[in-house]
Amino acid sequence: MIDPRSHGALGRSIHNHQQELNTIPEIPKEKYILKCTSACAGCSDSLALRYVLKAAGPDTVLVVPACCTSVIQGTYPNTAFNVPVYNIAFASAAACASGMSNAFRAAGKKTNVIAYAGDGGTLDIGIQAMSGAFERGTDFLYICYDNEAYGNTGMQRSGGTPLGARTTTTPAGKTEGKKDIDAIIAAHDPPYQATACAAYPQDIFKKVKKALTFRGPTFIHILAPCPPGWRYSTEKSVEMGKLAVKSGMWVLYEREYGKLTIGAQSKAAMKKPIALEEYLAPQGRFKGIDTKTVEILRQRIAKNYAKLQAEEATP
Amino acid sequence: MKKISTGNKAVAEAVKQVVPAVVAAYPITPQTEIVEQIAEFVSSGELKSRYIAVESEHSAMAACIGASITGVRTFTATSSHGLLYMHEMTNWAAGARLPIVMATVNRSLGPGWNIWAEHTDALQERDTGWLQVYVSTVQEAYDATLMAFRIAEHNDVLLPVMVNLDGFLLSHIMQPLDTVDIGDFIPPIHLPHAIDVKNPAGYGCLTAPDQQVMFRWDIEKSIRDSAKVIEETEKEFTKRFGRKYGMTEDYQCADAEVIIVAMGTLGKEAEVAVDLLRKEGIKAGSMRLRWLRPFPKLNLVGKQVVVIDRDYSFGRGGILATEIMAQTKEEVFSVIAGLGGQEVTYEDMADFVRKRRMGTEFWFGVKNHV
Repeated sequence: MIDPRSHGALGRSIHNHQQELNTIPEIPKEKYILKCTSACAGCSDSLALRYVLKAAGPDTVLVVPACCTSVIQGTYPNTAFNVPVYNIAFASAAACASGMSNAFRAAGKKTNVIAYAGDGGTLDIGIQAMSGAFERGTDFLYICYDNEAYGNTGMQRSGGTPLGARTTTTPAGKTEGKKDIDAIIAAHDPPYQATACAAYPQDIFKKVKKALTFRGPTFIHILAPCPPGWRYSTEKSVEMGKLAVKSGMWVLYEREYGKLTIGAQSKAAMKKPIALEEYLAPQGRFKGIDTKTVEILRQRIAKNYAKLQAEEATP
Repeated sequence: MKKISTGNKAVAEAVKQVVPAVVAAYPITPQTEIVEQIAEFVSSGELKSRYIAVESEHSAMAACIGASITGVRTFTATSSHGLLYMHEMTNWAAGARLPIVMATVNRSLGPGWNIWAEHTDALQERDTGWLQVYVSTVQEAYDATLMAFRIAEHNDVLLPVMVNLDGFLLSHIMQPLDTVDIGDFIPPIHLPHAIDVKNPAGYGCLTAPDQQVMFRWDIEKSIRDSAKVIEETEKEFTKRFGRKYGMTEDYQCADAEVIIVAMGTLGKEAEVAVDLLRKEGIKAGSMRLRWLRPFPKLNLVGKQVVVIDRDYSFGRGGILATEIMAQTKEEVFSVIAGLGGQEVTYEDMADFVRKRRMGTEFWFGVKNHV
């Protein structure tokens, strides 16, 4: 276990996460995502964000780079979001949030600064600014909602697109695997990081609440199934997210001061994961995927989970 | 207080007195001394600012934007490739109507690696909506930086301001500097559209064409209005601290038949060339353009105009010459001189005037170029 003091005693508290995650949180009735968003039908990003903001509350500013969320807000002079949203250029969410957080803290304000970016804005074009902001110990929460492609521009491959998935720029299926952004974040040694999934909104709520109790940079990576991008019917977003966890394609975990805990949902699922095909088959993006690629994906799932288990077991 | 300072330190000194809440900056030659000096002020407690040592210039401007929209004062400095790297965000800063002040230490662009003075870096930012002032002495670097905050933050402006000083020729030159007690010369910042969590708003949302036109026009309107604010600010500065500035600095122009127009240190050096030419009986004058944006109305009627550009727009011409030709019907002799830090003396400048061929372009140092 990494000594919390190695983070300059930045943490405000260390929680008993296991106990916390096993309880059902009381979700506030306040809504910060109002009606009339311009989200696609079945959009799980807006579902996730609804719970992110319920957890963060009204003293929050979202910093949003180019991504689906820039569109979902609606068109000027209207907005469907009931917290201040600062839209910023693609590569610069974390840098902008860095300046904002410093300005608020200089003014003695505790306002939550949440950079809310897609996988393209995080894993690809925004990675430099994000790495810089984490290295500098910026007091903010960075959330990457990951629909595994550039959704806003019509589904082009990103560093987050998994092996074998068809996108408009990988029409025959992606030949490379998904970039492990969480490992890259872990290398920055933040006080708190977590993975989450839009199909588990209570889990998102709890993780955001928790992340915001730390001072310093925190990170939550939310898998956000996308009906038009993944090519499944719009009512199945929650089901897709659950299948991702149940197949082990997505693992829920937290890393607090370097100590990893695999989420109860993933632990239960990985005792007997569902057949990977159950996750792949309903998605048009994996149509025609060959058995060899499926086998590689299966091996990667096993390898990834074994790695996480080994880390969790490390005292 | 009188002292001796470099141009860079003079800028840092002004920033110290203005106390931005946030300074976000990245080092680059020949600007580095500014950010080092500010870091030193912050570290020693002389300056109560948050210093964000960002990982790139793109992030420097993004961080200034993020800080500025909360309603606080911000500053950064850069040069050359750093400025080009933040180009996306300089557009954003102006579009978002944020009164960020930036010092640009003008330097040539690669390739090759050339770290010396040239104006092409800042001139590539000409169309971004930033106000731009070019200075010529260490004292002016200090004075212009102070005034930049007051101008940028004025409610009729609310646009970012860039203070330009020549790399090495000014950034690293030691000259006398008289610092002042600024008192209430720069009022507390009030950003009318600052983020307020109690009154949530979306910033930079999806915008339809008709509205976008209005946002663009608003910038243009404010940059036009800024001329008056600049004038008022410079007058107030003279009243309080004695030193006088204008949109241009005119020297012996009234009865001149030929006028040298240039920016930065070349514009100052031109005054010496004018003295030399006058001794020879040539009625010369010089006009140092201080503000490039807003572009002032230049009084050049009936004059022969020799424009010296330490910059170039390939396929078109000297950028300053082109700007002037667009405004006046007078004939221009366009001299391209000083690129990549090329040495240009007052004697060279006098020679440009003596050998002027109106209506043509001349590249100093290039043989058989016509």
